[in-house]
Amino acid sequence: MTRLVMSGAYAQSYAALLAKVQVVSAYPITPQTSIVEKLADFVATGKLKAEYIKVESEHSALQVCVSAAGLGARTYTATSSQGLLLMHELLHWASGMRAPIVMGVVNRAVAPPWDIGADHTDTMSQRDTGWVQIYAESNQEVLDTVLQAYRLAEDPMVRLPVMVTEDAFYLSHTVEPVDVPSQELIDRFLPPRDARAVLFPGVASRLGSFTGPDHYVEFRREVARAMDRVPATFAAVEAEYERLTGRSHGGPLSTYRTDDADAVLVTMGTAATTARGVVDDLRAEGRKVGLAKLRMFRPFPTLAVRDLAATVDRLGVMDRSYTFGATGPAATEVAAALYTSPHRPTISGFFAGIGGRDVTPGEVRRMFGALLAGEPTDVRWIDLEEQQELKIHG
Amino acid sequence: MAKLTIPAQELMYSGHAACPGCAAALAMRLVLKGLGPRTVVSIPACCWTVIATPYPTNALGVSVFDNPIESTGASLSGLRAAADALGYKDFHVVGFAGDGGTADIGLQALSGMLERRTNAIYVMYDNEGYMNTGVQRSGATPQGAWTTTTPVEGTSRGKPEAKKDIMGLVLAHRPTYAATLNPAFPEDFVRKVEKARDLTGSRFLHVFTPCPPGWKYSSEESIKLGRLATDSGIFPLFEAENGKVRITRKGGALKPVDEYIHAQGRFRHFTPEDIQAFQAEVRLAWERLLRLEKESL
Repeated sequence: MTRLVMSGAYAQSYAALLAKVQVVSAYPITPQTSIVEKLADFVATGKLKAEYIKVESEHSALQVCVSAAGLGARTYTATSSQGLLLMHELLHWASGMRAPIVMGVVNRAVAPPWDIGADHTDTMSQRDTGWVQIYAESNQEVLDTVLQAYRLAEDPMVRLPVMVTEDAFYLSHTVEPVDVPSQELIDRFLPPRDARAVLFPGVASRLGSFTGPDHYVEFRREVARAMDRVPATFAAVEAEYERLTGRSHGGPLSTYRTDDADAVLVTMGTAATTARGVVDDLRAEGRKVGLAKLRMFRPFPTLAVRDLAATVDRLGVMDRSYTFGATGPAATEVAAALYTSPHRPTISGFFAGIGGRDVTPGEVRRMFGALLAGEPTDVRWIDLEEQQELKIHG
Repeated sequence: MAKLTIPAQELMYSGHAACPGCAAALAMRLVLKGLGPRTVVSIPACCWTVIATPYPTNALGVSVFDNPIESTGASLSGLRAAADALGYKDFHVVGFAGDGGTADIGLQALSGMLERRTNAIYVMYDNEGYMNTGVQRSGATPQGAWTTTTPVEGTSRGKPEAKKDIMGLVLAHRPTYAATLNPAFPEDFVRKVEKARDLTGSRFLHVFTPCPPGWKYSSEESIKLGRLATDSGIFPLFEAENGKVRITRKGGALKPVDEYIHAQGRFRHFTPEDIQAFQAEVRLAWERLLRLEKESL
């Protein structure tokens, strides 16, 4: 193990290096670029023996991975925002073809207007594409999760693509110390991809194909069942990774000081770090609050959310994106998970950190304050409220 | 007695789902005869998606990989990258895409693949329109032709624009090899496939594939139309190796286009003036090709 100071972008690159990916495709978009730049270095200097394909669009970037995976190669690409949106069609192809691609996504706002700040609209727009989605909070978590993602994606019980996401700039361009496991350790954790359900030279077969209603439903059901097997498989993968490295990031829904809590806030990505500090402050003041970090959004950890809700009366959900005409995607999912639950806490939706706006401790305090006061559960644009208050009170 | 030059091995089986007289089916049959079984064919949404027959059947004796309509070029780059990474030798990576999937929506991925010098063979079978979706015009539809989106009624008299110069677009990328092929000339066809097979780098084959339901002619006339198209100079046969152009069939004076035009319902509305204009364009293009052959290096 080595400890290196690196950005969240480089954490993706180092993980792909350790995973010994065989095919990398790359198309630049801010703030993803340093991921693929570092990989270009690794390939140029012989550290990574991979085919590195410089494509002419993100659509082609993912097609390269889907096609290479169809012959059995381990593949990696990375993108962000508009690039991910352009990939949308291929995202469906990847899951439908059961291609175990791992992709890094730097969560960035979607235009217009142009804004390169952190925002989850890009990946939330892809939640129905059959990809596993895991949101990271730290650069260490990025590196560890990408490695776990390969094991999960290539597991014969799963065989689905995985995206590992990180917030633009807060992670992608911020350096932190990261423990990098040794290659020997990762080789034990992640053996070469087993080549099942792929095309072989000289063997007549077809990957993709076309069909009518008499088989289409069965194919879709297989994808659904594979997704259903993710929680158990991911738990086993995390446990083995912890045994080898001593690190765990706490499953699909990682909780902090939620025992005996009157109010718990659910957050995703880097907002969890700020919220954890606020939880500590409020606890010191005698307020019983806790935090739940939603790491895995697809498949949605319904059972873990129910377990959390069993002992909590007030649940807040902070979304870093907004579904126009509805509400926050995470808040909606949490509510849906609890509808048939015996214990149903009140749920409040908060919007903050949109387009890279800072999620401040003050805002998180405001969320907890509203939860503890039992204020109405309407949607609240917390950072807009804070701005207005600043205008009024200077 | 002439020596048979076309391999006997069949890698396209009977029971495929092509329309009667489909030249695109002939094109696949001849391409695979030239390449052999160690081939993966990447097929975008096009007639061949269907011709290969639905799951769980397969009309082809090779590996088939489906891809969306616009990304065949990228698919070839991915397949080749994986084949290289996995150490596969003597393995042909082939795209088999229609004219719409190549020259319209797939042009970006094709350009990317050619610019990257991907070691693969891209076959464009040109039935001059979106035939699988029911005969809509594409950039490869010839000027004046009827299609369902360029009707002959009211103010519309077929497709107003000229056919896209696809070989010109491809040759601008200076691929290792590019050629035009016509299943009506099977010896020339297979020779070019074998030549492409034995070269390394980006190779592009533009195949002329008459379409009975799309062009409105009787299904037994596909070969006759194919021969007329080449002998009238409408679809000249040529190849370009590293940019050096060579016309592979010069049958003396070109036939007038009249017979080709009159044989198809899609040109039924052509007046003598329309035919004259069509003829003039064909002659110009042929002269340009002759000049290109002379001047290309």
